Amino acid sequence: MSFFKAENLAINFGGVKAVDGVNFEIKKGECFTIIGPNGAGKTTIFNLISRIYDSTEGTMTFDGQDITKVPPHAIASLGIARTFQNIELFEHASVLQNLLVGRHCHSRTNLFSELAFTPSMRKAEIAHREKVEEVIDFLDLQHYRESLITNLPYGVRKVVELGRALCTEPKLILLDEPSSGLNVEETQDMSFWIDDIKKDLGITVLMVEHDMGLVSEVSDQVLVLNYGRMLAFGSPQDVQNDPEVIKAYLGE
Amino acid sequence: MRFLFKTDYNQDIRIAKHSGYYWSYGLLLLIVVAAPYFLEGYYIGQMTQLFIIAMAGVGLMLLAGYTGLVSLGHAAFFGIGAYTEAVLTSNGVPLPFMEEPVIFPFVISMPLAAIFAALAGVVIGIPVLRLTGIYLAIATFAFALIIEEILSRWESVTNGYTGLLVESLYIGDTELTDGAPFYFLCLGLLVLVILMSINLLRSPTGRAMMAIRDSEVSAQSMGVNLARVKTTAFALSAGITGLAGALFAHKLGFLSPESFTVFQSLELLVLVVVGGIGSLHGAIFGAMFVLALPQGLAILKDYLPTAIAETPGMEPFIFGFILVLVIIFEPYGIYGRWLKIKHYFQMFPVYKKATFKRQKAYMKSERLK
Repeated sequence: MSFFKAENLAINFGGVKAVDGVNFEIKKGECFTIIGPNGAGKTTIFNLISRIYDSTEGTMTFDGQDITKVPPHAIASLGIARTFQNIELFEHASVLQNLLVGRHCHSRTNLFSELAFTPSMRKAEIAHREKVEEVIDFLDLQHYRESLITNLPYGVRKVVELGRALCTEPKLILLDEPSSGLNVEETQDMSFWIDDIKKDLGITVLMVEHDMGLVSEVSDQVLVLNYGRMLAFGSPQDVQNDPEVIKAYLGE
Repeated sequence: MRFLFKTDYNQDIRIAKHSGYYWSYGLLLLIVVAAPYFLEGYYIGQMTQLFIIAMAGVGLMLLAGYTGLVSLGHAAFFGIGAYTEAVLTSNGVPLPFMEEPVIFPFVISMPLAAIFAALAGVVIGIPVLRLTGIYLAIATFAFALIIEEILSRWESVTNGYTGLLVESLYIGDTELTDGAPFYFLCLGLLVLVILMSINLLRSPTGRAMMAIRDSEVSAQSMGVNLARVKTTAFALSAGITGLAGALFAHKLGFLSPESFTVFQSLELLVLVVVGGIGSLHGAIFGAMFVLALPQGLAILKDYLPTAIAETPGMEPFIFGFILVLVIIFEPYGIYGRWLKIKHYFQMFPVYKKATFKRQKAYMKSERLK
């Protein structure tokens, strides 16, 4: 039984087939990477999984449940969290508040207890903060805890976004280009964290990435897309030596 | 400069971040509680009006400042609250099995006014869920026009342009809706509304509102139900504004549809922007501004040459001009300026001008919106 499975997944935007009949399976606890040239449909697949887009065809199953028609806000509580390619943090809030929003899918409160801020509400808030603190410790964000996002450099924002996804306590985490815009050292840190997320936290990782160094370091399986179609699939080494893949990237 | 060392999660959650809060806000509360004992009647009336407008401002601030949904139609909710209160406490409502129309006591009528306005908020909130920005502003604007029209045409209830007299309320022999008692009623309700808003903003729903304001797509991916939170924000905002409207009905003593026009919606929006968008302080500062400006202009007129002072449309012009200046030079309004002044004295003598400079946002993906 596979952990996550996409069967014959497809989406059209008018005449453009952004994703066209893609099949893949992710095993629990592995790091699965999607690579491909620009416009290959990598981020579109992420948006399909997080249900921002409705797929035209195909099905997705996650942890034994069909998620093809689940509403987008219910995805997080099923255990799928994501980051965004161009960072979608809540700019006018502190790091702590951003991470607390990541706890939203675990909050069970009603409006009246919120307006009165009842003792049980306070207890729940403290429990959320304890969880958030674990993530802050894990990603070494203590220093930025109270900073507003607008005042943070790009590299730190990237980490905060990863932290926000971790705060939802996901089973599957989708990382959209975790190393884009990072320098060599930050990319190295990111690769350690991805490894830790996989091994220590036991979270399955699905990522889109261009940096082949990072891909070969952390990935178990690599899927190559081109023009919305599957081009190759296998271990990072196999894929890099595949003549079709070389042709897609470099031309003939 | 005070440095906070946090050792407890409660320190994050607490409303008063440090002991200084008790002194400053305690003093403020002492002053407003003592005010009726040394102010003249006129000023008590003005302060009461300030509290009412500030309450409506808090309502709109929750929606426009915290959820990022700009409404150009809040006078409608204000009007619904006011008319509900007037009808319930003055004319009464004919109920089955009752020979005379039932007149409600204010402890029931005021919550009912807030609930009616909140329901109206849901009615407008649900169909415009998909709209943001200028389109939402236009939709709420249209809604306000419809309500204005209903208020003037539904003569059997609202009396149309003839107007509706609002009865004064009494507890025993003391009149509740005038002078010091009304002052304390409005102050108490304003404090209650502010406390509830602060509570909301430190709870999951409040954070979800701010998340929607900053990035809808990632809020959704974090499990925020956009439709639900937006509708809640609309209902709460309308409910608070409706409660302010109910108080306003007693302040005016006489209601006509002219009191709830588009101009008043604009005034509320100016309040939110000039006061400081995205802060509850801003609602209070904005209310002071909106209330003080016409009076300031009236005083100024005496000193201006007649040709300028008598020009029609002088007041709206100055209003608009200040709004533009604030948006360009102080996007966080009076509250933003207040923070800067406070910071200047805290950091004295090493204040750096760049402290409040914000970096431009990095690339923002527009594709998902």
